Amino acid sequence: MEEWIIDILISLAKTLAFFGVILLWAAYITLGERRFASFFQNRLGPNRAGIFGLLQPLADGIKFMMKEEIIPKNANRAFYLLGPTLFITIALIPWAAIPFGDTVVIAGREVKLQIVDLNVGILFMIAVSSIGVYGIMIGGWASNNKYSLLGAIRSSAQLISYEITMGIALAAVFLLSGSLSTRDIIIAQMQSPWHWNVFVQPLGFIVFFVSILAETNRVPFDLAEAESELIVGYHTEYGAFKFAMYMLSEYINLITASALITLLYFGGWGIPFVDLGRLGLSVNLAGLISVIVFLVKTGFFVFVFIWIRWTLPRFRYDQLMNLGWKILLPLALVNLFGTAVVALLV
Amino acid sequence: MAFKEILLNMGPQHPSTHGVLRLKVALDNEVVMKVTPVLGYLHRGMEKLFENRTYQQITPLTDRFDYLAAISNNLGYLLAVEKLMGIEVPKRAQYIRVIFTELQRLASHLAWVGFFANDIGAMSVLLYGFIEREDILEIFEEYSGARLTVHAFRVGGVPTDINDKIIDMINTFILKLPKRIADIETLLTGNRIWKHRTIGVGVISPEDAISLGLTGPSLRSTGIKWDIRKDIPYSSYQDFQFEVPTSANGDLYDRYVLRLEEIKQSMRIIRQALDTLPQGETLTKVPRVLKIAPGEVFHSIEAPKGELGFYIKSNGTDKPERVKMKSPSFINMQSLETMCLGNLFADIVAVLGSLDIVLGEIDK
Amino acid sequence: MFIHTFGPVAIQIAFAIGMALFLLIFTNAIGPKKYNPVKFDTYECGVSYFNDARGMFNVKFYLIAVIFILFDIEAVFIIPWSVIFMEFKKLGLGLFILGEMAVFLGVLVLAYIYIIKKGALKWD
Repeated sequence: MEEWIIDILISLAKTLAFFGVILLWAAYITLGERRFASFFQNRLGPNRAGIFGLLQPLADGIKFMMKEEIIPKNANRAFYLLGPTLFITIALIPWAAIPFGDTVVIAGREVKLQIVDLNVGILFMIAVSSIGVYGIMIGGWASNNKYSLLGAIRSSAQLISYEITMGIALAAVFLLSGSLSTRDIIIAQMQSPWHWNVFVQPLGFIVFFVSILAETNRVPFDLAEAESELIVGYHTEYGAFKFAMYMLSEYINLITASALITLLYFGGWGIPFVDLGRLGLSVNLAGLISVIVFLVKTGFFVFVFIWIRWTLPRFRYDQLMNLGWKILLPLALVNLFGTAVVALLV
Repeated sequence: MAFKEILLNMGPQHPSTHGVLRLKVALDNEVVMKVTPVLGYLHRGMEKLFENRTYQQITPLTDRFDYLAAISNNLGYLLAVEKLMGIEVPKRAQYIRVIFTELQRLASHLAWVGFFANDIGAMSVLLYGFIEREDILEIFEEYSGARLTVHAFRVGGVPTDINDKIIDMINTFILKLPKRIADIETLLTGNRIWKHRTIGVGVISPEDAISLGLTGPSLRSTGIKWDIRKDIPYSSYQDFQFEVPTSANGDLYDRYVLRLEEIKQSMRIIRQALDTLPQGETLTKVPRVLKIAPGEVFHSIEAPKGELGFYIKSNGTDKPERVKMKSPSFINMQSLETMCLGNLFADIVAVLGSLDIVLGEIDK
Repeated sequence: MFIHTFGPVAIQIAFAIGMALFLLIFTNAIGPKKYNPVKFDTYECGVSYFNDARGMFNVKFYLIAVIFILFDIEAVFIIPWSVIFMEFKKLGLGLFILGEMAVFLGVLVLAYIYIIKKGALKWD
């Protein structure tokens, strides 16, 4: 068999595995979110379907599928359908560049645990995920509902504002690693936990964290779907599985955000003070451990997002814009320039 | 071409209009240009209903006005009836009434803190408030059998004396409450986002507040010290030591801090009332069929939401000729537009939440 | 070479689109369908809807979008600069590349101050 066919088969297998994992994970975050929210609030949460409510996502999924498909009379049919379709597609694509583990050896071939190691990895992710705003805008506009439109407009303004801050905060990371490849950025942090970017540039991390919180539309920046004002914002008119598609994509975006934090600022699959390569483990075992470490770190940040959501109140629109433009943007620029100066001196 | 403002309809089916209120809102780029409340979605014709009920039969109906503070409504109505009849309620009954209305004030304020925080986006606080409220409802259940629409008092006093178990429950509750209030304060009072959302928002001047008839904590937040419990004492409130907290700014944050302070003062009153509970009867003898000589009366009390007044006109039969209710939520609603104009869309929800309205009381 | 880098990306995109379309069509196929004019009406909090949602919007939102484009182009310059920064440092040209960015950021900050002074980011 020719080499490139094997390559294609391997990446097919990786893509398939990824889709299985990510969809299951996103579905279970919905359960996790509800259970954790309940624990924070002295409630029990959904615990009827299966042990500890473990079958709840399945029940929800089936329910969403069995619902009647409603397209409002005044909505623009084509765009109404395009909105969620685009949104979930865009949510899934950035994962092509995220490494979820080191390398393993299968049939004598070294396989990177990553769908593809692009040399423009992070840039690719930012570029793709910024298209996501179209999913929101199209969905909100096509619904022809005032709440949806307001939510969509707020959301667009919010997403584009924080994208700049995020980009500039990331530039400081690229400056240190000298690469845009996700894998190189992780390897640059491998030496010790003190090389993790969170310690190297704490200010950049704070700016990035706040921006990504806003990018994922989570509390305290969930203005697009601020339920006390805008019902649920841009997906007010969506029901059945089209609502679930928006919902699922938001959770996938949440995982993406957590994975980004992990790989950019918390050393990816690196375990503090342990060098997997020197433990004498077989390559495949080390690869497996690296995947678990990466997933645990990502899972922790997903939990942090949930934690924040159920603790904080919500910003108001003008405050959100002021925070983004007047506080975070200057901070990001200062961080970038400061990093450059320090990098020059060291 | 002139810019057209967005006309938005909030409610009756909207998550944060506290029931079935409808607001017609005109927005210009998220800035509120106009707010018009539309009422009547919960209208049950209560005042008309009263004209066909005997004086005793009306009491349980008053629970349904402000269903978050049923006992306060009972008290307001009964005090008006008793004033009209000219009867004196036994001291012990007066103290028991104070204990239960203050507990009701705690329940109402706790629910308010939760709903208000929820309107601003802090969802967990809602449940924290409700856990404590649950204890109060259990006390009510132990006393009267009902939890929400409590029919606790009767014309001439209270139907049953409180027993040791209830006193125990109240004491345990009062010991437990400060910790939970501290939890809520940790989550909200010092929170930067919370302060950003509440300080300087929904401001109303003392002059406006008076001319719009604002009462209750919202009035006191503008710096006007007006509390009927203190200024025109009823049901032995003059026997207790308590402060009437006020603050100067008249914004949402002040209203929030003020209500938490009122919770502390209410606990103080309950503690005093339990300590100095006099012995004796709890119910004056009143005839089974109450016929009140022609006359009219107006009596108001300080309900959790503001001044709650009842006007009753009797005509010598066992049914009133007219009962008119001055409900605090209804009156306070008038200042909504003044507080909202020029603020942002999200502030409408916050201001509405801060006014502590209950639709059962607005639509009657 | 191209197939090794962007081939898998193409597969990922195809899968993502395929899944989205599958979900869309599948749920459409199995759900019940009962027409009711009220049910398919626009949601307006329980009252029948009045005037179309797609009215005119305040120019503020447009302004934000324009400022975004300006700053995003800055980011487009900043990111390549940051990637090659270390290489320039190794060549001994560190101060040069830093100075270049200082000039660039200086102009950017001036523009930023101008935007704020003009009140483009004020909300009321």
